[in-house]
Amino acid sequence: MIFFWAFVVGGIICVIGQIMFDVFKLSPGHTLSILVVSGAILDGLGLYEPLIDFAGAGATVPITSFGNSLVHGAMQEAEKHGIIGVITGMFEVTSSGISAAIIFGMIGALIFKPKG
Amino acid sequence: MADKKKKNLPPIAQNYQAFQDKREVKRPIVKNCIKAFLVGGFICFIGQLISTFYIYFFDFTEQTAGNPTTATLIFITMLLTGFGVYDRIGQFAGAGSAVPVTGFGNAVISAAIEHRTEGFVLGVGGNMFKLAGSVILFGVFSAFVVALIKTIIITWGGF
Repeated sequence: MIFFWAFVVGGIICVIGQIMFDVFKLSPGHTLSILVVSGAILDGLGLYEPLIDFAGAGATVPITSFGNSLVHGAMQEAEKHGIIGVITGMFEVTSSGISAAIIFGMIGALIFKPKG
Repeated sequence: MADKKKKNLPPIAQNYQAFQDKREVKRPIVKNCIKAFLVGGFICFIGQLISTFYIYFFDFTEQTAGNPTTATLIFITMLLTGFGVYDRIGQFAGAGSAVPVTGFGNAVISAAIEHRTEGFVLGVGGNMFKLAGSVILFGVFSAFVVALIKTIIITWGGF
């Protein structure tokens, strides 16, 4: 069942992005930034965690989860160390996405040649 | 904002703006949304498959399985970007391929591949986050503000 909801919720988040592209005529950069910020705010309000429980990868794969897990890492450290933890814990949870992007970006640049 | 911008333009430019608005190709919004829904949903479905795989075979929990899933998806994106397949998916799906984390990976990896001719330090290193940088900047800054507010409420609000 979670596969079905992953498909539907992930699809709906992409449709929201597509509506920002087409109806509000925003650039991809603006759209993605807005989605990330709204993910962070949703997690601040405590609404994103239930969505992950409900839809699994449908909520963790879209870029909104990037904002969500940034807030999550920051809050985890903040519980231990107070305000300082907000800065030190920021990338605790998200590290895999960014490090994977950097590592595979470098490997890609080594292996592949630019086309056209 | 658009009106304000128009007022400052000379009349000929205003005419051109009106002409351009009239001639602009109408975007097939519903069709694009359906495509985005199907492709975006499909990518999340694959993500769910991968994370189920990690939960059963590598002892990750529902909460922690998101991390290796993200890394795996970005690895797949590297291959698709390198062979030039992701561009075609992107043209077909629009936001359906840009919004999932694979779109973030594609932005980083395609920038890295594209600029390798300028050398690895200035080309790849300097341009890797050209497109994806705004996502990281606004993500980190908004997360900082949200977490700061939440911490202050928890610490001094006495909840």
